[in-house]
Amino acid sequence: MRSINIEDVFRAEAGRALATLIRLVGDFEYAEDALQDAFAAALAQWPVEGIPHNARAWLVEVGRRKAIDRIRRQTSWQHKQRELLTEAMIEAQAAEDADEQIVADDMLRLIFTCCHPALNVEAQVALTLRAVCGLANGEIARAFLVGEETMAQRLVRAKAKIRAARIPYETPDAAMLDERVDGVLATIYLVFTEGYAPTAGGELMREDLSREAIRLGRLLLQLMPQRASVQGLLALMLLHDARRNARATPEGEIIRLEDQDRSLWNRVQIAEGAALVEQALQSPGAPSPYAVQAAIAALHAQADSWIETDWRQIAGLYDVLLRLQPSPVIALNHAAAISMVDGPQAALNLVDSLAAREKLSGYHLLPAVRADLLVKLKRNDEAKAAYREAIALAKLAPERRWLEKRLKVLG
Amino acid sequence: MQYLLLIYSNEAEYAARPQAEVAATMSEYGQFTQSIIQNGNYKGGERLRPVAMATTVRVRNGKTLTTDGPFAETREQLGGYYLIDAKNLDEATAIAARIPGARHGCVEVRPVWAMGEA
Repeated sequence: MRSINIEDVFRAEAGRALATLIRLVGDFEYAEDALQDAFAAALAQWPVEGIPHNARAWLVEVGRRKAIDRIRRQTSWQHKQRELLTEAMIEAQAAEDADEQIVADDMLRLIFTCCHPALNVEAQVALTLRAVCGLANGEIARAFLVGEETMAQRLVRAKAKIRAARIPYETPDAAMLDERVDGVLATIYLVFTEGYAPTAGGELMREDLSREAIRLGRLLLQLMPQRASVQGLLALMLLHDARRNARATPEGEIIRLEDQDRSLWNRVQIAEGAALVEQALQSPGAPSPYAVQAAIAALHAQADSWIETDWRQIAGLYDVLLRLQPSPVIALNHAAAISMVDGPQAALNLVDSLAAREKLSGYHLLPAVRADLLVKLKRNDEAKAAYREAIALAKLAPERRWLEKRLKVLG
Repeated sequence: MQYLLLIYSNEAEYAARPQAEVAATMSEYGQFTQSIIQNGNYKGGERLRPVAMATTVRVRNGKTLTTDGPFAETREQLGGYYLIDAKNLDEATAIAARIPGARHGCVEVRPVWAMGEA
């Protein structure tokens, strides 16, 4: 009897086993039920007989047989459809499921289906975490701070739409592929940012979500190894995540990049991320925004200190990013980098013109960045007003506390 | 599998367009319709009169209530439809994207709920 935990095997194999079962069964929900049946059978059998050598093939084969039983029992299905499906499934060769290329193709199909643009973003995220990562409904619900019932409903609706609108279980054709890959990346990045910088709640980071997002990024890169945008996103996530241990005090208070203990950064992860950035930026064509963001993160990660950071290059990269993907958040970051190159007054001019140009009310980082610049310019009264504005807008408790501390220092 | 493609646009904006532009759009619609007939996707389709021509009917307690106008006032109005046969949603949305009206209004893609289907 091997000492590997059965639950760990399920977690590792659930996504791939489900991906193959959906292709064989031709229906998302039937495949999920079949996999649950296979897990139940495994829980009864494995502790006695040991974990099979190829656990995934075992789960797929048992799941396939369970699905045939279920479909035969189903009376609400139209007779002919049922017959055709069971015949096709009986003929399906279990042996082919061990073929790594076929499993990889199934996995890609599953990812593209879960991240189909016809599903809303919340549903894409929930389905991906459930089906691809094998997370339980309750785990996903807790990660997104919604009730388990709400999350279950979200998943049921998404699967109902896949079936009723016939969202295909396919890798998109060449004409659509770039756009669809971008959609998948956006969903993975959303999972990461929700883990790395949650939009609400008391915690500064939710490690589980970031970890799943990195796992998804690695999986996608394994499936589409030459894609610069995939390399860029994985690099970005690895580089940000490498600073995890230095980002907060044990009490959960924010430590900003400039004050972080750089010896706590994960050097192995930084090296991996930096190598991926290089690969991504060497690809022909316009760079992916993820790769440019990753390049910025790599410059930070490889600098010995805040002062010794290559600010000129970072400001230049933000400039590139602004042209690729104009957004007020990037403009704010650009301004912060400019303050290190051309001084706080130049940066303040940028921030003020940004505030005049864009609708940014409700975004706490704008007054927070303004306040920092005003402090550097020794305009303390204005800085205090800006901090107060930022405090009123900040949604995360640790962010508010950090801003309050800055305000207090000004007296 | 059948899908109904509902074409919405702003009637007022559409009516204000120059004659030549309207004629060009009409000819594009003709070409588009021909192409989906040839590909075997076409099941039906018509242009609709403006909502000013609409009448709404309700039956309450056995009484028929007839009123002028559409059932809901919206910024964009239903102006026409196609009924198509497509192998899946991706094919249906690709066809919807080729409808000339998709470039200024929008097209809602609705799967047909076939009789007897769960």
